[in-house]
Amino acid sequence: MKTVYTRPKILKEAHFHYCPGCGHSIVNRLIAEVVEEMDLRDKIICVAPAGCGMLLYNYFDIDTLESAHGRGAAVATGIKRVLPDNVVFSYQGDGDLAAIGTAEGFHAANRGEPITVIFVNNGVYGMTGGQMAPTTMLKQVTTTTPSGRNHIHAGHPVKVCEVFAVLDGTSYLERVAVNKPSAVIKAKKAIAKAFQHQIKKTGFSLVEILSPCPTNWKMGTIQACKWIDEVMVKEFPLGVIKEVK
Amino acid sequence: MKKQLMSGNAALGEAAVLSGCTCYFGYPITPQNELTEYMAKRMPEVPGGTFIQSESEIAAINMVLGASVAGARAMTSSSSPGMSLKQEGISYLAADELPAVIINMVRGGPGMGNISPAQSDYLQATRGGGHGDYRTIVLAPSSVQELADAVPVAFDLADSYRNPVIILGDGMLGQMMEPVSFDHIRQEKVYPKDYILTGAKGRPARKIHSLLFDTKLEEEHNWKLFRKYKGMEQNEVRFETFLVDDAEMVVIAYGTSARIAKGAIRRLRQENLKVGLIRPITLWPFPTNIIRETATRVKDFFVFEMSTGQLIEDVRLALEGRGHIHFYGRPGGVIPTPVELFRIVSRHYYQSQQVKK
Ligand SMILES: Cc1ncc(C[n+]2csc(CCOP(=O)(O)OP(=O)(O)O)c2C)c(N)n1
Repeated sequence: MKTVYTRPKILKEAHFHYCPGCGHSIVNRLIAEVVEEMDLRDKIICVAPAGCGMLLYNYFDIDTLESAHGRGAAVATGIKRVLPDNVVFSYQGDGDLAAIGTAEGFHAANRGEPITVIFVNNGVYGMTGGQMAPTTMLKQVTTTTPSGRNHIHAGHPVKVCEVFAVLDGTSYLERVAVNKPSAVIKAKKAIAKAFQHQIKKTGFSLVEILSPCPTNWKMGTIQACKWIDEVMVKEFPLGVIKEVK
Repeated sequence: MKKQLMSGNAALGEAAVLSGCTCYFGYPITPQNELTEYMAKRMPEVPGGTFIQSESEIAAINMVLGASVAGARAMTSSSSPGMSLKQEGISYLAADELPAVIINMVRGGPGMGNISPAQSDYLQATRGGGHGDYRTIVLAPSSVQELADAVPVAFDLADSYRNPVIILGDGMLGQMMEPVSFDHIRQEKVYPKDYILTGAKGRPARKIHSLLFDTKLEEEHNWKLFRKYKGMEQNEVRFETFLVDDAEMVVIAYGTSARIAKGAIRRLRQENLKVGLIRPITLWPFPTNIIRETATRVKDFFVFEMSTGQLIEDVRLALEGRGHIHFYGRPGGVIPTPVELFRIVSRHYYQSQQVKK
């Protein structure tokens, strides 16, 4: 009998704590698959965030460190400078990378630190109960934008890939999604490519992943997946934003 | 012993390199810039050496955390406003039980304050400083040579306890030039690094985190840290005594103010005033016992510090109501002179002699 689907060895036999329909669990699995397929377990180090991804160390069978909220890129920088031949990645949400950790992410990117950021853009602060994130869509209702995000008071959705693209230190920036099978396949390829860029030491790499959060979007799981295509992608276009060959 | 003339800040940098520090991360702030600049020049000469001028003190301390997790001896330095920003990272270092050396060349505060020497970060340094139930060892040198000597001690303490260690100086110590020797600095001891993250080659994966949702586990972690801190209190107290044996009044001062106090005490002795000095070298753990022992014989203690009164709290706790505490403090970056202190101490001395009669 041919095995067509199995648990990646990098994923421990633990139950995900993620809500039904949450994109984090897909992203976790994709990372695990890539680590296994690229045979990186021996040299990869994960920096977990404060946010819904914070319990990564319970799921990944790889060396993992928790960082303070937003500091992942600085911590990953410290690790990578000591262990330049290891693969170091930081896993961050949109509040983590684009609000409290803007400075750390921006400057790691600008220095061209050969690290990878896996950036999960779910448009809200998931962990703390669905407040506005820097990436929240205009008019989107969250617990801190009860009548919808209004740019006059709350600014505009932050496009991390486009902002980082102007920094000369960045070598690979791609925006993907995990809302349907074809998108998931592309997301996995992007993660692998980011790690390849890191291994080639071409500079800073980041994969932005549009990820459904049905719980905090107050939607059904299928509706949330559709909402990514119908609304989010218009603000956050998918594809390779920058690649230095 | 070969000596060279160096600023305190530069001496810290050289001592760190000789102690095996390979990672320095810092953000410019006066009065410690000479250290950041020294490391910028020196680190590229060190095998595997890394220097980053970080985007902030928050980034610097988190880079230290990353380097420490990867097994390197890592250091950062700052002055008061920057130390406030580092507290988040120091709390995580303590929680994760990671070694690191952090230098604070204190300046006048609060707020932006000024760039003159002060001792107003005593409580921040000795009470943990950031959030949560934790402590850091705090070393308080009082000369350029002592700054250099404190660095290998700080790295060894950090490694043996797996805890952040703070060297608390001030703008005067950092910027003055004095002859200094590094001859004795050697990196001898090897510490077990069975906790670091290097990629899980041939072993189970490791995880380092401070999040403990289960309150029972968090409580146990706090008690574990507490037991570690108790061990530091038992084994790591360092202090100096100066002319205490026959003293009728004992000055308690650290760092720069201890130096000023020694000058004042020499003058007082010339006038036959029996004044001595107890100088805490570790501010935490605090030399409580020597103060308590001295109080069985001496009634008058004189706390002298460059703040409105922070060290005095630990002296009060040490004395537990015994003896009488006199105080002189100058905050805001003012450096009192030995003559000034001589006058004040002698006035207090004569007053207490009157009371005794
Ligand atoms: C200094 C600090 N401030 C606030 C928090 C609380 N907090 C934890 S996670 C989080 C935001 C998480 O949102 P995001 O980064 O978008 O990740 P998500 O949970 O949506 O995956 C916040 C505000 C914290 N842990 N530390």
